[in-house]
Amino acid sequence: MAQSVAAAGTATPASKARRPGGGKSVKRRQVVAGYCFIAPFFVLFLAMIMLPLFYSGYLSLFRTQLVGGTVFAGIQNYVDAIHDDAFLEGVWRMAKFLFIQVPIMLVLALLFALVLDSGRLHLQRFVRLSIFVPYAVPSVVGALMWGYLYGPDFGPFAQAARGVGLSAPPFLSQGWALGSIMNIVTWEFVGYNMIIMYAALRSVPTELYEAARVDGAGEIRIAWSVKIPSIRSAILLTVIFSVIGSFQLFNEPNLLKNLAPNVIDVSYTPNIYAYNLAFVNQQINYAAAIAFLLGFVIMVVSYVVQLTAQRKEGRS
Amino acid sequence: MRRFRRSMSVAAVAASASLVLAGCGGGGGSEQNAPKKAVSQSAIDKAMNTPTTLTFWSWVPNLENEVKLFEKQYPKIKVNLENVGSGADEYRKLRTVLKAGKGAPDVTQIEYQYLSSFVLGDNLVDLAPYGASKIKSQYQSWIWSQVSRNGAVYGIPQDTGPMGLLYRTDLLKKAGIKPPTTWDEFAQASKAYHQKNPSSYLTDLPGNDPGQFVGFLWQAGVRPFSYDGKKTVSIKLDSPEVTKVSDYWTKLIKSGSVATDPDFNDQWYQSLARGKYASWLTAAWGPVFLQGTAKNTSGLWHATSLPQYSGQPVASGNWGGSTDAVLKGTKHEIAAAQLALWINTNEKSAMQLATKQFLFPPSKNVLQNSAWLDQKSAFYGGQQVNKEFAQINQTVNKNFDWLPFQDYVYSAFNETVGKAIAGHGDLTAAVKTWQDKLVSYAKQQGFTVQ
Repeated sequence: MAQSVAAAGTATPASKARRPGGGKSVKRRQVVAGYCFIAPFFVLFLAMIMLPLFYSGYLSLFRTQLVGGTVFAGIQNYVDAIHDDAFLEGVWRMAKFLFIQVPIMLVLALLFALVLDSGRLHLQRFVRLSIFVPYAVPSVVGALMWGYLYGPDFGPFAQAARGVGLSAPPFLSQGWALGSIMNIVTWEFVGYNMIIMYAALRSVPTELYEAARVDGAGEIRIAWSVKIPSIRSAILLTVIFSVIGSFQLFNEPNLLKNLAPNVIDVSYTPNIYAYNLAFVNQQINYAAAIAFLLGFVIMVVSYVVQLTAQRKEGRS
Repeated sequence: MRRFRRSMSVAAVAASASLVLAGCGGGGGSEQNAPKKAVSQSAIDKAMNTPTTLTFWSWVPNLENEVKLFEKQYPKIKVNLENVGSGADEYRKLRTVLKAGKGAPDVTQIEYQYLSSFVLGDNLVDLAPYGASKIKSQYQSWIWSQVSRNGAVYGIPQDTGPMGLLYRTDLLKKAGIKPPTTWDEFAQASKAYHQKNPSSYLTDLPGNDPGQFVGFLWQAGVRPFSYDGKKTVSIKLDSPEVTKVSDYWTKLIKSGSVATDPDFNDQWYQSLARGKYASWLTAAWGPVFLQGTAKNTSGLWHATSLPQYSGQPVASGNWGGSTDAVLKGTKHEIAAAQLALWINTNEKSAMQLATKQFLFPPSKNVLQNSAWLDQKSAFYGGQQVNKEFAQINQTVNKNFDWLPFQDYVYSAFNETVGKAIAGHGDLTAAVKTWQDKLVSYAKQQGFTVQ
C-alpha cells in the first residue's frame, strides 16, 4: 500500500503539467477539502484535549487553600511533587509494572500471533476470537469478576486451595496485589496486541517464507528470523501503547480498591493519586502538577523506548 | 510514527489532566450570615402557590413516596428527585457543580459530618428565617448542634445512627457465650468464640470504616474535632480516652480473635450472610443492610446496646445520619426551604421515613410515637428493635463536632489507622500519625490549629 501512495505522489506533477490552467485551484480545493475533513476532529481535539490541558497547566501554577483563596505559586507545586514520596512510590510501582507485565504480555501476544499465522492450528477463528474476547469485556466487568475470583473466602481459587488442604492464596495482600493486577491487565490486553501483530503478519509477503524454506529454515527459524523482523514496526507500536497504558493505570486498581482498601491506598498509582488529590483533598492545583509530571515521565520513557528501537534498527 | 507517539503522550497527559480539571475546591473565606429576620407566613404562602420546579438530590431509597405527599400538599410545586450517588459520590458532584456555578440542585442530602465543609465554602442557605428555628425543640441538643451554628440553621435533620450491637442469637448460643455487656466481656467472648469456631469471629473491625471507629471514640467520651465556623479548628486525638480505645482494639486484633476485613463490599456481605461474623457493632440503620444482604438469616438476630466501659455511665456513640440542606444559588429559596422542612418534619412524612425506609428518626414526635416504638421485627425474632434503639438514643453522649474537610480526615484514617488495623499493627501509634497528617493538612490549607 505504501508503494501505491508513493506512485500517486510522483504521478501528480506530470498530470499537473497537462491540465489546462485549472491546476492551482484544483490543488487549493483539494487542500481546503482536506482541512474541512479533519476540521471536526480538530475542533473536538482543541476543545476537549488542548484547552483542558492548558487550563490544567494554568491551574498547576497556583495554590488554592480552603481558607485564604487562590495564590500564585509558580513552580512550587512541581517542586513539592518531585519531593513527594507518595508520588515517587507510585511512579516506581508503575515502572515495576512496566518492566514485568509489558514484556510478558507482548511475548504472549507475539507467540499467539505466530502460532495463529503458522496455519497449523485447527479452529483458527475460534481461537482468535476467544483470545480477543477479554478485550471486548468492559474493564469494569473484568476487574469486578477477577475481584471475585481473587476473594479469600468465597473465591474459587481459595475454595479449591482449601479443598486440598492449603490456605487461600493471598491475591490481594501487600506482596501479591501488584502481581494480581498485572494478571488482570494481561488477560485484558493480550488479545488486542495479538490482533495488531497478527494483522501485520498477514501482510508479510509469503515469498519471503518460501525463500527461507528453500534455504532450509524450519518454522521456528522462519518465525525468529523472517516474521518477527518484518513486523518490527507493529511490535514497536504495541510497546509504545503498553508503556503509556501502564503508567496511566487507574481502572483496575480503582475497582479492586473496595476489596483491599489498605493495600491499594490513595497513591497506589500516580493517576489514582491525582484523582484523590483533586476530589478528596480538594488540592486541584497540586493534582494538576502531578498529572503534568506524570505526562512528562511518560514522554521521557516513550522517547527512550523509541530511541532504543531505532538504534537497534540502525544496527541491523 | 513520531508525531503519533507525541500526540499519544499529549493525549495521555491531557487524559489525566482533564480528570483533574473536573475537580474543584471550596470557595475562599466564608462570611457567616447574621441571623436574618424571619420570612413572613404570607410570603411563604405566596411562594408555595407559585408554580415552581425544584431539583432535589438524595439517595434515600423510595423517597419519591414522601415527595409525592409533599406535591399533594403543594400542587403548584413540582419536585425532580435525583439520585446522583450516595455519600462521597454525591459530594464530589456537588462540589463540581458548585464550582461550575450551574447544575446545582435546590435541595440536597448532606450527612452531618460534611455539613461544615459546605458551610466553609458558604454554599448553604441559612434556614432559620424560613421556619427552621421553630423546630429546635423537636431534637436532642447534640443533633441540633450538628446542624446549627451561631443561630443559623444549615440543614434539617433527617435521620441519625445511634450505635448498638447486633448479634446472632443462634451462633452465640451454640458457642455457649452470653451476649457481652462490657468491653472486657466482649474481648473475652471474642477469644472464646474464635477458639470454638476457628473459621469465624465474634465480629469484624474493618480497616476502611472511619465512621465506625469515630463512633467508638464518641462513645468513650472523646471530642477529637472542633471547628469554630471560621478559620480555627482543633484536632485532639492524643487524649487518654482515645488511647484507651486504640489500645483495646490493638490488643484484641493482635490476639487474632476478631476479623479485620474491609466492610461494605461483596465479600463482607457474603461473610455476614454465611455467619463468618457473629455480631456487628453498628448503628440503627444496620438492620436495613442486614435485611437486604443477609435475608437467609432472618429471625436469628437480636439488638442490644454497645458494650460499655465498666464503672462508666451507660453511653453510646453515633455513626452516620443525614440532613437535607438548601444550596445557595437556588432561585426559589422559600420553596426549597419548605421542601427540606416538610419532608423531614411533617408528621406523616417523618413517620413514613421511619417505618417504611427504616431511617432512624431524629425528631421527638416520631421517637415518642407508640406506633413506631412498638413495631415488631421478624428479622430480629420479633424484637421491638425501634424501642431498643430509642433507648440507646437517649444515651448518645452530648455534642460532637466535625472538621470542615472531613473527606480528607476519613481518607487519612484509612491510610494510617486503617492500615494498622488491616496489618494487625499498633493502632495507638497510627492514631498519632493520623493526627499529625490532619494537623499538617489543616495548616497547609490556611486554618489555625489549636
